[in-house]
Order: sequence, then structure tokens, then C-alpha cells
Amino acid sequence: MATNQLDDKTLTELREIAARYPEPRSGLLPMLHLVQSAQGRITPEGIEACAAILDISAAEVSGVATFYTMYKRHGVGDYHVGVCTNTLCAVMGGDEIFARLKDHLEIGNDEVAVKRQGDSRTVSLEHIECNAACDYAPVVMVNWEFMDNQTPESAVQMVESLRAGHEVSSTRGPRLCTWREAERVLAGFPDGRVDEGPTAGEASLAGLRIARERGWTAPDPEQVPAVEAGEGEA
Amino acid sequence: MTEKTVEKDEQSRGKAVEKTDLVTLTIDGVEVSVPKDTLVIRAAEQIGVQVPRFCDHPLLAPVGACRQCLVDIPDAGNGRGFPKPQASCTLPVAEGMVVNTQVTSPVADKAQQGVMELLLINHPLDCPVCDKGGECPLQNQAMSNGRGESRFSDERNRGVKRTFPKPINLSPMVLLDRERCIVCQRCTRFADEIAGDPFIALVERGAQQQIGIAEDAPFLSYFSGNVIQICPVGALTSEQYRFRSRPFDLVSTPGVAEHDACGSAIRIDHRRGKVVRRQAGDDPAVNEEWITDKDRFAFAYAQADDRLTYPQVRDEDGFLRPASWPEAFVVAARGLAAAKAAGGVGVLTGGRLTVEDAYAYSKFARVALGTNDIDFRSRPLSAEETAFLASHVVLTGPADPVNRAVTYDDLESAAKVVLVGLEPEDEAGAVFLRLRKSVLAGGTEVVAVAPYTTRGLEKLSARLVPTAPGDEAAALAGLAGELGADTVLLVGERLATVPGALSTAASVAAASGARLAWVPRRAGDRGAIEAGCLPNLLPGGRPVADAGARVDVATAWGTASLPEAEGRDADAIVAALVAGELGGLVVAGIDPDDTADPAATRAAIDAAGFVVSFELRRSEVTDVADVVFPVAPTSEKSGTFVNWEGRVRSWEAALHQPSSLPELRALSGIAEELARLGQGAPLGFRTVAEVRAEMGQLGPWDGERTAAAPAVAGPVARDAGAFALSTWKLMLDNGTMQDGDKYLKATARTPVALVTPDVYDAHGPTVTITGDRGSVTLPAEIADDLVEGVVWVPASSVGNGVLADLASPGSHVTITGAEGVHG
Amino acid sequence: MSTLTPVLTDTWDAEQGWKLETYAARGGYSSLDVAFAMSPDDVITAVKDSGLRGRGGAGFPTGMKWSFIPQDNPKPKYLVVNADESEPGTCKDIPLMMGNPHVLVEGVIVSSYAIRANKAFIYIRGEVVHVIRRVQAAVAEAYAAGHLGKDIHGSGYDLDVVVHAGAGAYICGEETALLEGLEGRRGQPRLRPPFPAVAGLYASPTVINNVESIASVPAIVSNGAAWFASMGTEKSKGHGIFSLSGHVQRPGQYEAPLGITLRELLDLAGGVREGHQLKFWTPGGSSTPLLTAEHLDVPLDFEGVGGVGSMLGTRALQVFDETVCVVRAVLRWTEFYKHESCGKCTPCREGTWWLVQALTRLEHGQGSEDDLDQLLDQCDNILGRSFCALGDGATSPISSSIQHFRDEYLAHLSHGGCPFDPARSTAWAGQEVSA
Repeated sequence: MATNQLDDKTLTELREIAARYPEPRSGLLPMLHLVQSAQGRITPEGIEACAAILDISAAEVSGVATFYTMYKRHGVGDYHVGVCTNTLCAVMGGDEIFARLKDHLEIGNDEVAVKRQGDSRTVSLEHIECNAACDYAPVVMVNWEFMDNQTPESAVQMVESLRAGHEVSSTRGPRLCTWREAERVLAGFPDGRVDEGPTAGEASLAGLRIARERGWTAPDPEQVPAVEAGEGEA
Repeated sequence: MTEKTVEKDEQSRGKAVEKTDLVTLTIDGVEVSVPKDTLVIRAAEQIGVQVPRFCDHPLLAPVGACRQCLVDIPDAGNGRGFPKPQASCTLPVAEGMVVNTQVTSPVADKAQQGVMELLLINHPLDCPVCDKGGECPLQNQAMSNGRGESRFSDERNRGVKRTFPKPINLSPMVLLDRERCIVCQRCTRFADEIAGDPFIALVERGAQQQIGIAEDAPFLSYFSGNVIQICPVGALTSEQYRFRSRPFDLVSTPGVAEHDACGSAIRIDHRRGKVVRRQAGDDPAVNEEWITDKDRFAFAYAQADDRLTYPQVRDEDGFLRPASWPEAFVVAARGLAAAKAAGGVGVLTGGRLTVEDAYAYSKFARVALGTNDIDFRSRPLSAEETAFLASHVVLTGPADPVNRAVTYDDLESAAKVVLVGLEPEDEAGAVFLRLRKSVLAGGTEVVAVAPYTTRGLEKLSARLVPTAPGDEAAALAGLAGELGADTVLLVGERLATVPGALSTAASVAAASGARLAWVPRRAGDRGAIEAGCLPNLLPGGRPVADAGARVDVATAWGTASLPEAEGRDADAIVAALVAGELGGLVVAGIDPDDTADPAATRAAIDAAGFVVSFELRRSEVTDVADVVFPVAPTSEKSGTFVNWEGRVRSWEAALHQPSSLPELRALSGIAEELARLGQGAPLGFRTVAEVRAEMGQLGPWDGERTAAAPAVAGPVARDAGAFALSTWKLMLDNGTMQDGDKYLKATARTPVALVTPDVYDAHGPTVTITGDRGSVTLPAEIADDLVEGVVWVPASSVGNGVLADLASPGSHVTITGAEGVHG
Repeated sequence: MSTLTPVLTDTWDAEQGWKLETYAARGGYSSLDVAFAMSPDDVITAVKDSGLRGRGGAGFPTGMKWSFIPQDNPKPKYLVVNADESEPGTCKDIPLMMGNPHVLVEGVIVSSYAIRANKAFIYIRGEVVHVIRRVQAAVAEAYAAGHLGKDIHGSGYDLDVVVHAGAGAYICGEETALLEGLEGRRGQPRLRPPFPAVAGLYASPTVINNVESIASVPAIVSNGAAWFASMGTEKSKGHGIFSLSGHVQRPGQYEAPLGITLRELLDLAGGVREGHQLKFWTPGGSSTPLLTAEHLDVPLDFEGVGGVGSMLGTRALQVFDETVCVVRAVLRWTEFYKHESCGKCTPCREGTWWLVQALTRLEHGQGSEDDLDQLLDQCDNILGRSFCALGDGATSPISSSIQHFRDEYLAHLSHGGCPFDPARSTAWAGQEVSA
């Protein structure tokens, strides 16, 4: 994948990230997200740029860039599809979804599917660890947006829509942006999609719905006797 | 590291903190009192228990990563125990603590065996071909604290080991075999904490975690070799030693490094008469356990093909021919006798001598040649410096209670260290490391009177007092107000040619109570001063000008008298030879290109009626000498260096080559022949031991020191458009004692000219610098805070060096762009 | 019979619940003025008195943690919110931040005020972009409304908040590893002592709290410690979000007093999926030892779950029915720990490497019963020997599953492989699936 050079705007933004923190090096994780947004992956140039801005060695930046799994040393697709195969999702069907997608896209883990004639966008595939949406198992993430309660069929349909360039929305989030656009949000530059999607998905509301139905609430503060000071120390 | 060095270090550490509070605890049933804050693993050493360990290193911050040193703590000192075994390398002792190590606790023993088993599951079984095999802490401790057999690789459970393509070059010198690595982080911690060169880092994660470098950013550090030595497995190896030998085939002899004036302890590992490796020795007062890459890797020069192994004399037909030692003594004596008659003989000894050899030259000059025309300085010098060495340097040392010599430890305790004309990272590696340790501990501020913030200064978080070469005296005077009794002033030998600098240093130190030390570059410099290889000093710091001092020496030497007048310094010897005022020259280990005026030095050697050369290897001097004596390298003779502190460090010969004689033996042979010719007297010794005894007998001068010369600040005026030339030698450069190791050479810094941004913009990426001796063309780089009107070039990294090819340091040069030149 | 007590989840069914407008209309940010009227120490006392214990798994008393901050230390104090929710099964903080980010921001302000921090960080795992959007926006809205920044509500108190995105590392849920990540380093745990309360972020006094803990603070301050303490059990007070996932009819988030039982929760959730029975479950994520149907009536509080040899953890109740092979489940978790081991210490780095191989062989029906004992011995060599709790957690599913399901392991050996059909466990098993 061709990478464009880091432009002045990006370099300025990298410095801007570092300036958010009392100590500039704290900006490194978001800075690397921005490098990915700008260049599609972690490039040696991006590592150098971060090292120069933070006045640390390229080896130190490299050490960080290779520690965290979201940093990619080779390009991913416009849409990076992550299938949760941690135990619960795997058991609930994540293994089958992952197998189906590999088969369908004719790729292995952490690979980019061939862009076929007529495809307007590319997808890549990776199996991921628990993404904190177990009540929506099996879960698929696309560019780190939730695609809840997937089946092999729904997952195949989804990647085909993505490849065709159709608009696809997260099941409880916004319209999907590209991976590089998402990385920019992670770097701390909002993209205006915050108000898309619901407050919560259905599973998140499972308990609240019952409480509402049955009229259950937390105790009324007025009805609670005061505790003796110091009890909390026990 | 061996168990022995651990213990030794602990002893020195214990000494340093003996005045602190003691904590009493019980380890394996034995009560022991140790200083507060001592780690349990070290407290155990006090009762002779070696808890196995890998990541732990006494000079690195504790990390607790390998978990090999787990011990059982049934009582943490508060009546409660830890429910699980604890890492003894991170746990400080507590009053009343009870510790049970593997010696008495089955829990600790099982925990250790468990960790060892885990360490070994992914460790290859290539010990038979591994360089570390035989001196490997993993191998040794697997035997002492591991299970007999692995359950990972037994027949039933044939586990799959992690493998990597092997090896990878972390630098041209340091190789990494990743599958052997147990990621203890000793190397990365060293690079970061000690050297300040974090160019190796942990990369990847979990079971794939490994040591790595960034793309195109090798581990180029002057101290890189230390990581090989402290690697507790065979993961890090050197190109130089890899697959060359097995530890049990090596004989190890302690030595002292010959590449700088630090006095660093080394260990010379040799096999069948050949040095195959050098390691850092453990000298807590000096280099602790670290040495520079030059000290470690630069030893092939002594085994080069052009090494001289027999004396030579110039025949009537003009060619040098081999000669026996006795014949060479005779020929040399005759020639020197004639030269003496023709005006006299000068002696240039260079800065590489052992104290014993220097003493022999000193005595030879006075007794055999009847002259004070002797100088060890084979580099730019001045009369001001000559006086300074006699008034402020000679006789100072850690052992001297009067003169309060500065020591390495003092660098650590000083509130402020001011560096003038000294770039420690390049010129005195152990000083650099000790300063860095001190700065990192938060105690010391480093202030540098220098033309720009070098990488080394950056690593010392130094405050720059931006100073053009030549302006150091004024800068020092400007600093006088902020110096005090808790300040140390370190001045480098480069100040010799800055008028007023050394005398200003002396006067501001005296006025402020700051302590002053002179840090030369060469290993033999300081010893040569003590031995009297100067025109104004006799051995033991006795001033030539002092009649009592002369009598003192003459009495000891059993001669009637000694020459009374102070002699010629090196520059004057050169001038006198060219002018025909001197008839001959005894010259030892001098490269004309190092001298103040290389052309003049060459002319002097050519003009000398008779030249006796002492050299290790064939050189342009031996090519024109009348008699050539081979010189033994430090590994092949016993000797002593006096380091910059004035600390005395002796060693015994590691190798015994019949052809290697110390210079003192040859000088005594010549002196005996001269005596036979009626010239002077024999030296009275033939061996190093005899010289040591004689020096001990003579002892140091207890009379008046010579007074300091008054400050003679010279005006510094620069022509319009001219640049002041700043230069010093990089640690790794074209020096002949680095010959023979291409890997080491490949780790040297790329020679560049450092210029201000304006100059870079005006003249571009390649510049030609022109001085009164010629021009050099180099790639230019911007040094952001370089003083306006200054250009810096490395002194000996290109061509014949700055002195020969360009101009004198501090003099004026011009800069032009070098279009079309790709440097 | 416990009832549900929606506090943090109470606004999740609101239209645009993430907006300040919505939150403010429900009384949001009212705890600020209550807190500012109190001294910081009184806020700490209130939180102590409430009995709130850390909701990130370890259950350390929150108020006590705050009181460890040495106020005579001249360095700046920091509050860091651990929003790196990554423990398998745990899925409460993510919907909380997505649906009600302002309660977290409000909690950050009150908590920071209590410990006298003027800078706070919210470290959110990077793999949840929309959650990060919502928290970023909430912080921006709070600044605009004067809840953050200089002289908040005229109190003279200043606070800045930075939202920080992680980049994929389970270990950063460990608080010192999180600090490393926040300092731009590899997320490897730090040596303790010094503890973060003394030398944490930038070697300054630092409190690190879980999202739910911090979000619980505003209601404690507004409603009083007694109100909070009126919920829950003797030593595990207050409300907590229980996350049911897996083979239950209605998986999801159930906010209830601590001490509720799985039986009660399953009743609310419609039980285990139709036609199946509970086989095993995790009380608080994969690092907490497995429990079985015999533990259905264990009170889900710190003491109750601890009493049966497991841990309450994050109340991540992953429910598995009888179609699930426990060996497969445990192997997959072990692979997770291997993948997420930071690599710093030997037992965890090498131990998880070996455990995966040993379990894989067993899953394939290779080996003998002796191998189970060897597996347990390997766990013994990792548990309590590792640098941090990740290594300990890696052994929990293995040891507990062998304890409860030894026969199932042996069945793999006698069967020559896994006797289970994974298709029967899927969410769509038994349903007509059309292509």
C-alpha cells in the first residue's frame, strides 16, 4: 500500500497531541493513532516523527508501536473487520463467523482481501479478543464500531455491502467511517458522528426495562437513615 | 556476571553505606545486620547464600522481571508473612524480617525450580555452540537451582519451542540471537540507565517480546559492549568474539585499559598467546563494571601483521636490518654518544608509556643523556601548561591527603561539575558514565564550557556556557561567581593551547574553593608527569629548578649531579632538531600527525643526526630511524598507569612473548653501553620489579611545589569572515590503536562538520573548510546551539587529521560550499 | 428477593442520553455544588462511609484509596479513570460511557476535587470508537457549561480532563500498566512500592479508579453515604451493574444491589436458553475461577463469591450451558492470556506459552491423566509467582475447571478428542437458518 508522506498539518497535529499532556511523551499512543490515520499504518517515517517530537529514540517508539495490537505494521482495508473469538463469542458462533469470513474473503487472519473488479472499498479481517460487548455475542467489530449479534450470513452480507461501497451503520452506533478516519478520532480529533446511533442497545437495557416494568428503583434518599460517621473505615 | 563479582561489588557497596542505619533480619536461620534499604537478595549474599537471579544487577535499578530469585518470607518484620514467594531482588530488608531461601524453604526451592523450568522451555539447547556456554548464568543456575529434566520436552509432551531466524545485528558489532534471550532487560536497562543510549528496546509483546532496534537505527553506543558482558545468556554476542573460543579454553588476566586516562579495569582473555577478548573488570572506585567499546574491542592493533618483534639497525647501505638486542644496544649507544657530542639528544616519549617505562626514559634522559630535554606531550602544548602540570597536577591523587585530589566518587558527591575543554563521552568514557550516574541520581549539575551541546552533554543534562575555542579563560572567569567548595572543575588537555585558560582555572578554583582536576586523554600521560617526563620535573614531582630536589634524585640515583637547567619542551625539541641545535632524538610511540605541527615534527625527525625509535608497529618514524626497538603492548608486560585522578593501577603481563621486552630493559641496555663509552651511568635496573622498587625508594617530593605561572590571557581576535576551529578526537576514529577491527570501526560516528544554521544555509550540505595547512571537505550538519563564528570538525576521523590537513585548534579557517562534492 | 436498582443505568433509555441537555434535565451535575460546599476531606469521608468498593474487580475501598494520597506532597495530584474494560465477559463500562458519559465526567469532577487533583485523565481502550466519541463530546460539553476548566461553579476549583485512547492491550487494565500506557510507554506493570498513591503518573500521587466506581460517586455525594450503604450487603455495599452474557434468554446489563444471586438474575433474564441447563459460569470475568450450578445461590458480593473460592471481579456473569466443552472454553481463554501477556515476567510469558500447548494436547485427546496433574503443577508455578495478576488470572479457569470437570478432561482422553459438537452452542443452534 502506498503511503503518503507526513504533511505539515499532520506534524502540527502530532505536536498538538503532545501538548495536551503535562509531559509530552504521554501523547505517544494517540500520536501513533494519528500516524495510522495519515499513513494507513505505522511507518518508519511516523516512528521517526514521533521520536523527534518527543525527543526519545526511535527504538523506544518502536517498542511502543509493537506492543499494542491496534497498531498495524502493514496496511489494513478501508474496513477492518474484527471477529471476536474469545471464549464466549467463540462459543456463541464467533468461530463459525470467522471461519466463514476467511473462506468467503479467501484470506487468513490479519490479511486484506483482494479488491475485486467492481469493489469500491477493501476489507481486512482479524480475529480479536473480548471487546466488552458480551451481551451482544457473537460480536464483530468494523473499524472498532459494534456490529452486534452477528451470524455467518449477516457477516458475509455486511462485508459485501462494505466492499460495494454501500453505507453501513453500526448496530448501536454511527454510519461506519473508514479505518483511517476512525484512527483520527482515536487521536483525539472528533469527526462529528457522536450523535448518531442510540443511547444504548437492547441488551444494555435488559435490566432497566424490567425495572421500569415492575416499578423498581433505587431507594429514595429521603427514606434512608443516616449512617454513623466512620463506618466506612471498617 | 560471575558470583564472585557479585560478592565483590557487594563488599564495595557495603563500604559506601557503612554509616547508615543497620537493619537486622534472619535469613535461613542466620541473623544478619545490613544497611537499611538493602535488598534481600544482597542481604542473603552476606551470609553466603546465592539466590539465583537473572534480571538483577547491582548497578541497575531493580525490575523484578525474571522472578528467578523468589524466596519465602514467613515474616515481613511485622509479624505477618507474605502468602506467596517474593522476588528478593526488589524487596528491601525490614527489621525482624524472616527470609527463607531455597536453602531452607521447600516453597522457595520449588518456586525457583518452577521459574527455571519455564525459562528453559523456550531456550534452545545449543549450549555446545553458544559463546556463553561455560560461563553462562542460565546454564550454571539451571544446574544449581533447576530440575534435572524438563517436563516440556519429555517424550510425552514434546513442546514446540519459539524460534527466530538468527541472528540479527543490533549494530555492526553486537549481534542478537533472539531465541536465547530470556528478556531480563539487563541490556535495555543498561542502554537507557547507564549509557543514555536507548537505541535498543523491548519490542513486540508476550511470548514474542524481544530486544530490538528501530529500522535503520542501530545500537550505536560507545558503551555497547557492556550489554554483551552482562547478558546472562548467550543472546548478545560480539562479531569479534562470536564462535572464536570457549570460556574454559581461555586464561583470564586482569589488566588496565590503555586507551584513555580513566584507568579502567579490564580482564584480558587469551588463548595460546593470543588475546581473543577483553571484558570489563570490576573496580568500584574507578569504572565500576563498565568500559568503553574502545577499551573492550580495540586490541587487535597489538597483534597486527606489522608488529615489530626484533630490534633493527640501519646498515651502511641505508636499509634497516634485523639485529640482536646486544648489537642494537651498542649501535644505539654509539649513535647517541655521537649525537650528544653534536649538541645533545632530545627525548619524546609519547603518552602511552607505563609509569615504569616512563621512569626509565626520565632517568635515561638525565643519567645517560645528561639532559632535561624530555617531554611526553605528543600533542599541542604550551609553557603555561608545563607550569600548570608542575604546580597543580603532579603529586595529586586519592592517596594524598594534602592536595585533595578529585576522585570519581567526588564527581558523584559534587553539587556541580564544570567541564572545560573536555568532552567526557569522547575523551574519558568512565568519567562520562560516572557523571551521568550522578546527574541521574539528581545530585549533580554539569556545566560545560564548550562550543555546543554535544550528544554527550545532552545525556548529562548539561548547562552549556557557549564558548568559542580560545575564549575559555574568559568564560571560566565569568563562572567564578557560581563556584564553591562543592564544585569540581575538570579541565581537559585541550586547554593547553588556550592562553590563560589553565591559569584561570587554577586561580578561580583557588579563589572559590572549587576542586580542580586535569583530565588528559592518554593512559600514560599522568604517569609520565609523575615519572618526570617533562623538562621541568624530575621523578616524584621534583622540580628541576629546585637544587634540593635535584640533590634528592641524584643521591638516590648515585650520580654526582643532574642537569640543572630546565630542558626543552616537545615543541622546542622539534625546533632545535630542525635548527641543528640537537644532534639526536629518542622517540617512543609518536605519530607526527598528533603533534602541534606535523610538518615540523617530520622535518625534525629527518633533520636529526641520529634517531632511536621505540615502536610497537612499523611506522613512518621507524622507517627513518637509525635504530628501532620493538615495544611490548600492555598485554605483554607488567606495568602501571596513573589515571587522571592520580590513582595508581598496576597489572602483570597477560602474555609472555620472548620477543617482548619492556622499554626500560632496552633503555637500561643502551645506558650500559653508553656508560661503557664513558657517557653517563647505567640505570641500575633491568626489570619492572626493580623499577618499582626504585620508585618506591625515591618516593614523592615533599618540598615546595613550583608556583603557578601567572595568567597570561591572550587577546582573541578573529578576521572578518573567519571561523574559529573547534576540534577534538572522537572516541572511535582513525587512531592506530583501533586498527584491525573492522566491526569496531563500523560503529564509529560518521565524520561531519558541525556548523551554525546560517552557515548551513549559505554553504549547503557539504562544506570545504580551509586553514593554513590545507582543506578538508565534509558533510555539514547543523548544531543548533553552536557558537556563532565557530566550526567543529573531528580531529582524527578523516585524512591525516586536522593538525596535518587543516589548521591548529582554535585558529582561523574559512568555509566554502563544496558543490558537486558528495562527501 | 432482590429488586433491581437502576442508578447508573437509569438514563440509558432516554432519548440522546449522552447529551448534557438530557443529563442536566435529570439533575445531572447537581452533586458538584454539594461537593464544593464540603471540604475535600469530607467528600472522602462520605465515600468511605458509603462503603463503595472498587468496581474494577479488586474491590478495594474507594474512599480509603483516596485517603492514601499524601496531601503534604507538593507534587500535583492526578485522577486517572481506568476505562480500559477488557476482562473477558466484562461489558458494563462500555455501555455506561456510551449511554451516560456525563455521569462519569461528573464523578471525575467530584473525585478530583476530593483528592485535590487539577488534572484528570480518562484512559479508554482504543477499540471502542463510538464510546470515545461520546466521552470526548461529554467532556467538551462540560467545559462549555462551566463544569470543567477554571473556577468551576465559582468554587475556585480548577480541573482539566483529557480523554486518552489506548491502543489494544488487556494488560493496561492493570493500574500501573495503564499508567505506563498513559505515559507513552509499553504497558508493562510497574514495581510496587512505590504505590501510585505516592508515585503514580509522572511519579506524582495518583488515584486510579474504575469507570463504574467514579460514576457512582455523584449519587453518593448527592444522596448521602447512607443511601448508598442501604443497598447491598454488610461488607459489599451499594449497587453494581451485573452483566449477563452467553446462554441466557435475555443477556444484558442488570443493575442491582451487591449480594443478588445468579439464580435471581437468571430469573429476571428469563433463565438459561430454552431447553438447556447451566453448566458453568464466571462470576467476574475469565480471571475469576469458574463456578457451577451448585453456586446459583451464592450471594454475588465480595465475601460470598470469595467464600466459594472465586472472586466477584467485575460481575461479568458469562453463562455456559451443557453444550459447551469446558476444555475448549478454557483453552480459548488461555490463548487469550498468552496473547495478552505483556512479556515482562517469566512465569506469565513462558507459562502461558506452555499452558496453551498442554491444553491443546488435552483437547485433542492426547496424553494421560498424569498430564492433568502436571497442568495443575504448572499453574502452581505461575500463580503467585508472576509479576502481576495477569498470570494468576490465567491459571484460574484451568485450576477451577479441572476441579469441577476433571471427568470431562478425561473424556477427551478416552474419546480421543473433543466429544462436543460446537455447532450446538452457537446463538443460532436449533434455529432454521436461511442463507
